[in-house]
Amino acid sequence: MNFTTFLLALFDGVSYAALVFIVALGLTLIFGVMRILNVAHGSLYAIGAYATVSIVGWVLAMGAAPVLAFPLMLVSAVLVGVLIGGPIEYFLLRRIYDKSEVLQLLVTFAVFMILEDVQRLVWGTQPYFEAQALRALGNVSVFGVTYTVYQLILLPSVAIVLLLGLRFFLRRTVTGKLITATTEDREAAQSIGIDADRVFLLTFVLGAVLAGLGGALASPTTSILPGMGADMIVLSFAVVATAGLGQIEGAALTALMIGMGRSFAIYIWPEIAVLVPYLIMVLVLLVRPEGLFGSPAARKI
Amino acid sequence: MKRLIATTAICAAMPLATLAQDKPDSLNVGMTTFLTGPASVFGVPARDAMDILVQNLNDAGGINGVPVEVTYIDEGAGAEALTSEFRRAVEQGGAEVMFASISSGNCQTLAPLAEDLQVMTYMWDCGTQRIFEEADYDYVFRTQANATPEMLAAVIYLLKTQPDFETIAVVNQDYAWGRDSWDIFRTALRQFKPEVEVVGEFFPAFGAPDYSTEISRLQGLQPDIVLSTSWGGDLDTFVQQASQRGLMNSSTFVLPLAESSLERLGSALPPGQIVGARGDHYFLHPERRDDQDFKDFMTQFEDKTGNITVYSVFHASQAIAALKAAYEKAIEENGVDWPTEDQVLAAMDGLEFQGLGGPVTIREDNQGIEAQLMGTSAENGDYDFATLENIMIFDGADITAPVGENSIEWIETLEPSFVDEVSVTTFDN
Repeated sequence: MNFTTFLLALFDGVSYAALVFIVALGLTLIFGVMRILNVAHGSLYAIGAYATVSIVGWVLAMGAAPVLAFPLMLVSAVLVGVLIGGPIEYFLLRRIYDKSEVLQLLVTFAVFMILEDVQRLVWGTQPYFEAQALRALGNVSVFGVTYTVYQLILLPSVAIVLLLGLRFFLRRTVTGKLITATTEDREAAQSIGIDADRVFLLTFVLGAVLAGLGGALASPTTSILPGMGADMIVLSFAVVATAGLGQIEGAALTALMIGMGRSFAIYIWPEIAVLVPYLIMVLVLLVRPEGLFGSPAARKI
Repeated sequence: MKRLIATTAICAAMPLATLAQDKPDSLNVGMTTFLTGPASVFGVPARDAMDILVQNLNDAGGINGVPVEVTYIDEGAGAEALTSEFRRAVEQGGAEVMFASISSGNCQTLAPLAEDLQVMTYMWDCGTQRIFEEADYDYVFRTQANATPEMLAAVIYLLKTQPDFETIAVVNQDYAWGRDSWDIFRTALRQFKPEVEVVGEFFPAFGAPDYSTEISRLQGLQPDIVLSTSWGGDLDTFVQQASQRGLMNSSTFVLPLAESSLERLGSALPPGQIVGARGDHYFLHPERRDDQDFKDFMTQFEDKTGNITVYSVFHASQAIAALKAAYEKAIEENGVDWPTEDQVLAAMDGLEFQGLGGPVTIREDNQGIEAQLMGTSAENGDYDFATLENIMIFDGADITAPVGENSIEWIETLEPSFVDEVSVTTFDN
């Protein structure tokens, strides 16, 4: 592998890692704060993509400029987070926070199954594709290889902004600090007047918006079809488990490792490319069962 | 004396009476098809088509006056649920005939089960050539072609239209179909044009959302030909991304299953790419498009679904056409009002029937022989997606492994002259 090929593999790896990170971020946030492994995250990702394709397609069909697709992606993600994520937390999850983890997993899995049917009911089984946003940014040639600006520059930029933004939000803003405090000790937080219910609702909606945003950002590059949520949730779980449950920086590093590993595998040894994310997960968890950035849970007295 | 004659006549007629069957109120059929999951892009159109076809058949009097009723089983529920539902449909649901299945894996699972249950079963859509090459069945038939003629047609079309290519790369889905179809294609290529160099073999995960890295790699390798036997959303994504990044300017794509993606790909599939129809399944079939029944069905289907047909619709039409033909043949051959199961099974031998495509014949090993249609993508201005030009329809009998032979081993015996010897009908569009 010469230096040019190395750089090309690097670019491909970063671009893939960015999308994986964006989707895994919401899952990490929800687990980190609420200790709930949200299987329905995959459905929220898929519905984010479906909603974007519908809304962008509808608006652009009326003659709007393709660049409008970008704010519309954000609108779609917020709609998914608020209209679907909100009710899930408010009517369902808050009833089972003190129940066993198995039940929580089953409940979110049930929501996943229901939302899969909802997708089929609303959008049918035909794949959708809406690439106006991607085409609007054009292409760029690197060492004779054509990349889309969307994948090479926009997606990694959004991933970095989200990582830094979420760090800033959790560590520097009052609301973020309330979330962090509730995460550390819910009972103590409530005893000093923090409304834990509101914090959890806000966190879940935020996580759902991130899932929707992942789908929205994926929509110009991929076919939107039944089952896409299941595929992405598996990969997201691999990221979250490898990172250490709830570790945002860990998720970023793991996504980058998976993206790079997959990319270099395709360049050097394509046969194992499919295996790479899970190989990385197994290797990391063998050495550090709590994940890259995780720490063994301390027992509360 | 009269009583003696009457008694004798009744006794003489008794053996005949045991051969005849009372006409049932309906002929119940169970059909497995993907109603959920990624393969529902084929399963749901096939279900919709089957509803229309059965309605049309029943409106015209059914089969010798007996209406057909189809119930559907979702293949998306998984192999375990599928086998349970299949068994239940036969043992408790009253299904006398089963149509199974879209997934080759499901066909492999259900074929022995159908044999155990002794229920006549049509393999209506799955592609694996192994079904009748690895086992003999009395109750299982395939009412369409298999992967071998589908891949051979693609190789031969490529060699006939672009004989000078030197390098090829493959991007197939990482599961049985992706691997097996490449095995057949590559084996044939080695026989017909052994000097071709395979410069890249990529097997991204089934359902992969992104092919950027493979596309970058292909742009570096610059193969003359890129083969992909992918289907559904995977094929759409790969072609869309390759098209956006200009890969199709430097390589010709060979896409044996792309007929099912033409409408969805829109302008993303540029002219000059080789497209297969997995059989002769094309909504502008050059030999059928002017037939009134063909045109009527295309209109019915588009009115109902809003989409043009894809190959699974044609496969559904072949299954129901085979059912009708088998029962009518059995009725005629035995001079009965309604045939026994044994009579229908006997009628399957050499059965000829026609769905929406050309005629299909059931061979002695229960494998259907079906023509293969290949073409090159073009823009003719009538549709906002690519249609086909330079269409070739291959005789299925020439390119299907002979009875009792293993496909790969048979292909390894073929000479390069085979490409010119194969019977082909060519159409401009």
